[in-house]
Amino acid sequence: MKNILTVLELLPLFGVIALWLTPKENTKLIKQTAVAASLLTLVESFIAVWNFDIKFKGFQLVESYNWISAFHIKYAVGVDAISLTLILLTTILVPIVFIAGWHESEDGRFSPKTFYVLMLVLETMMIGVFAATDVFLFYVIFEAMLIPVYFLIAGYGRGERAAAALKFLLYSLFGGLLMLAAVIGIYIISTNQGVGTFDVNELSKLTIDQSTQNWLFLGFFIAFAIKAPLWPFHTWLPGAAKSATAGTSTLLLGILDKVGTYGMIRFCLTLFPGATKTFAPWIITLAVISILYGAILAIGQKDINSMIAFTSISHFGFITLGIFALTSQGISGATFYMINHGFSTAALFLTAGWIVKRRGSSQIADLGGLQRVVPVLAWSFFIAGLSALALPGLSSFVSEFLVLIGSFSQYPVATIFATTGIVLAALYVLLVVQRALHGEVKSGNESMVDLNLREKLAIAPVIALLVFLGFYPKPVLHPLNVATSTVMSQIGVTDPIAKADK
Amino acid sequence: MKANNYLVYLIALPLFSAALLLLLGRIADKWGHLLATLVSASTFAIGAYEFFAMRSRSGVDRAITQHVIQWISVGTLKVDGALLLDQLSICFVLLITGVGTLIHIYSISYMEHDENRRRFFAYLNLFIAAMLLLVLADSYLSLYVGWEGVGLASYLLIGFWNQRPAYATAAKKAFVANRVGDVGLSLAIIIAFTQFGTVSFAGVKAGAPHASSAALTAIGAMLLLAAAGKSAQFPLQSWLGDAMAGPTPVSALIHAATMVTAGVYLITRSNFIFDASSTARLLVVIVGAITLLFGAIIGTAKDDIKKALAASTMSQIGYMILATGLGPIGYAFAILHLLTHGFFKAGMFLGAGSVMHGMDDEVNMRRYGGLAKFMPITAITFGFGYLAILGIPPFAGFYSKDKIIETAFNAGGNKGWILGGAALLGAAITAFYMTRVVVLTFIGAKRWDSMAHPHESPLLMWLPMAILAIGSVTSGFLLSSGSALVHWLQPIVNAGNVEGGKELMKPLTVSLLALGVVVIGAGAAIIKYRTVASEAPSNISIFTKAARKDLYQDSFNEAVLMRPGQGLTDTLVKTDHNLIDGAVRGVGWTLNTISSAARSIQNGYVRSYALIMVLGTLALVATVWLVTL
Repeated sequence: MKNILTVLELLPLFGVIALWLTPKENTKLIKQTAVAASLLTLVESFIAVWNFDIKFKGFQLVESYNWISAFHIKYAVGVDAISLTLILLTTILVPIVFIAGWHESEDGRFSPKTFYVLMLVLETMMIGVFAATDVFLFYVIFEAMLIPVYFLIAGYGRGERAAAALKFLLYSLFGGLLMLAAVIGIYIISTNQGVGTFDVNELSKLTIDQSTQNWLFLGFFIAFAIKAPLWPFHTWLPGAAKSATAGTSTLLLGILDKVGTYGMIRFCLTLFPGATKTFAPWIITLAVISILYGAILAIGQKDINSMIAFTSISHFGFITLGIFALTSQGISGATFYMINHGFSTAALFLTAGWIVKRRGSSQIADLGGLQRVVPVLAWSFFIAGLSALALPGLSSFVSEFLVLIGSFSQYPVATIFATTGIVLAALYVLLVVQRALHGEVKSGNESMVDLNLREKLAIAPVIALLVFLGFYPKPVLHPLNVATSTVMSQIGVTDPIAKADK
Repeated sequence: MKANNYLVYLIALPLFSAALLLLLGRIADKWGHLLATLVSASTFAIGAYEFFAMRSRSGVDRAITQHVIQWISVGTLKVDGALLLDQLSICFVLLITGVGTLIHIYSISYMEHDENRRRFFAYLNLFIAAMLLLVLADSYLSLYVGWEGVGLASYLLIGFWNQRPAYATAAKKAFVANRVGDVGLSLAIIIAFTQFGTVSFAGVKAGAPHASSAALTAIGAMLLLAAAGKSAQFPLQSWLGDAMAGPTPVSALIHAATMVTAGVYLITRSNFIFDASSTARLLVVIVGAITLLFGAIIGTAKDDIKKALAASTMSQIGYMILATGLGPIGYAFAILHLLTHGFFKAGMFLGAGSVMHGMDDEVNMRRYGGLAKFMPITAITFGFGYLAILGIPPFAGFYSKDKIIETAFNAGGNKGWILGGAALLGAAITAFYMTRVVVLTFIGAKRWDSMAHPHESPLLMWLPMAILAIGSVTSGFLLSSGSALVHWLQPIVNAGNVEGGKELMKPLTVSLLALGVVVIGAGAAIIKYRTVASEAPSNISIFTKAARKDLYQDSFNEAVLMRPGQGLTDTLVKTDHNLIDGAVRGVGWTLNTISSAARSIQNGYVRSYALIMVLGTLALVATVWLVTL
């Protein structure tokens, strides 16, 4: 089958067309159509996986068509294991988000139909951004994604949703513009060297002098650090997570923010290896600050959603630490971490969303004793929390430990600081678990109802994946290793060898 | 080494049983406890089979392995999900499944009236699975999974009645203290990997002789930190007393016989690290000696029977840790004491549970008194445990504890005198606080009110107590006759090759000394607690006050860690909002002001966007300029 990736990108858009033909009042049909479209996309992504050769180094399932010939801009797509697993994360999470938040679309400023249109458009873009192998195409989608997310937050969120959405937009635009400058910069360099291309493979073969590399690197990196987000570029995130619906938050933190860490690997590392090595110690420092800062702030949050947002800042710190350690355990661990964090954050946001919806408050102080009232919901939240604290046996442990083991040989002091994050993680998870789930049943919680079948069906696959990949990470980790070794040979780094020779 | 296919069932059976009981929910309420007990018993059967099979093989063939899955493989890091059953792990398998099954049986009756009994048994099975994984793992990283798994089970069981806020807090405290230890375990594994390129026990053992002493000391110190967290050793011991919030069978199984001894296992398993670093060994004996005294002193002031026993556990594990720091023969004696302690301490905890069962869950020993008459079986089985922990011949503790005291003295020089002296002093205090427990509970005048109707517990409860009591009498003799355990463990700990230095004292001298201090300690307690007030006296010495307060470890943690931590959190929450976000908002505000001066008609959104476009274009121009320069 040809054009697998293009079909994959288009399927959610077919859903949009189908939605367009559906009458606005028939919300049930609208929801069913949206779910059907997302499930079809999921099936197509499995076909992509089926056609993917694990051992092959480089991009596969590639397609390339001229788009703006004058500037050598192409519609070029292709995947390696890193982008394919992120696409798979997307196609798995979108239907789950739809099924989990069945009524999320109903009390927004816009109609339910618009909600699903925005969501499906966003899905197309998320697949597109990971599949793009043309830097300009990547940039365009990177920026265009802001539009649906802006309307999803501003149109369907809670509280100060308009302000939160605007803040998100402004931060992202600022980063995006820096990146645009860098994108154009590297194009000019390629023209000067006689190739004139936006193709990421071709660009990685350029020889760029160190100081130019540094500037271009920063242009990309700051955009990605805002997206990821890394301390101190993080302040848009908690507001957005607090205001957005559970589904939007899931996609925002679970997938969209991964574009930041994905971009670091795909562009910062492979296009600017020299600058990468120059800036790595500084970025490692930011990463460790993020790990500890995010964790401490998570401990101090009163709102359950902003608490989850801060745990993510901590986790993005781990991912960045792994990436810039420039070892195979570090990078493989970081890419695997992206997938695990996607599922783990999804589980947290969706279960917290159910709690908030039922209770009518996102204040942790209003909860209490939920384990006695809604045991299944409480257990689901608890397991999601265990995944956030990287409990051995769950997949997040494998990735977190790989990051730590991969960074120690390069940055021992930073890694020791990062390791103390595991104590803070226990604190932020168990504090909220204690306040929300344990203790006497607080007034206002007595009549909460437990998960229904639809909700159980939505959360079960996420939890199952967290457990399965914890004991058997090979199906994901093994392909990622191949991609990691490609990245490492592009940068020209190798793993350190053990000190005590045998 | 022989490959074998039964090992995985040891873990898989209880794990699936736990998952089943949790997932089925109320449907399984009627038979959940029976399934869990059956599963636990079958793991014991497998364990026993493996033990006899192992015994029938000769020396080098005794250890068996089973490859289950390929777990993690990235670069040079290759960790298989493989199990290893050798002479050391079989000791633990038998202890865990044996005592575990007895406690399952006991709990059927003990938890009979709890509406969540099925969930309790699911957690117990989860614990058995995790603990078996801990001792069967063939690498440090797989061990970590079991290590944290038992921590999770412990958390769930301490907080089993978490509707009470204090119990929920106790569960959290235990988990967090353990996580501090986990930092140690993580770093030990990471350093081991950077040194040896592997995290398997065999690989690290092979590499250890080639590593620098600094690296070995670092790994040893980090493993000790891990052990301190899990085994409630100084300075991470403060969670164990609070952990008594869990149902009493849990205290017996997890917080006395098995999980809390995992630190001893870890150090013994890592003997090749500690043998190669005298600094690490020194740290181990310091921690062990401090904790054995620390726990014993706390034990003298507790009125809560479970907390007194918990302090005792802390102290007894201190003995074991001390032993592991005393060189090759020390490991064997640590394991010997661990096994005998498993019998007598679990037995005494079940006895305490039996007393509580008969006394409407009263735990204050000042409200007991004279209970021997009403619950004779409990009193006798508890008495056996008491004699065992005191080290009265021929009870179990005599064989194991005296060996540790003797080895401590034999460490030689000042070190020998200090460690041996501490161990001997600990024995005296142990005699004092344990006699206090027995006197307050079973002897003397009754101090309970007329509402209580003390009675003997049913068969399902006293039978496990009786079996453990038999163990308290016989296990020490059986394990040490002809140095059985020392020889059994020889291939692991290499005790025979290094005959521990000069003998400072003859075994008989040590035994007589120990017996002497025990008599003094016990006698003092008998005299002091002939008559007891049913309320705790308030005009007490500063020492008693300190002991009641767990020697101020909690106050210390609160003042040095918790309060500053909360202060830091509060400060950061404020500055994140005001400073960092404020700075960003400040930039936004400036943009707004400038742009409203420039174009006052448009709304804020478009305005800001336009201005950022301008800035972006400037950045663009600057970059192009830089690139083409």
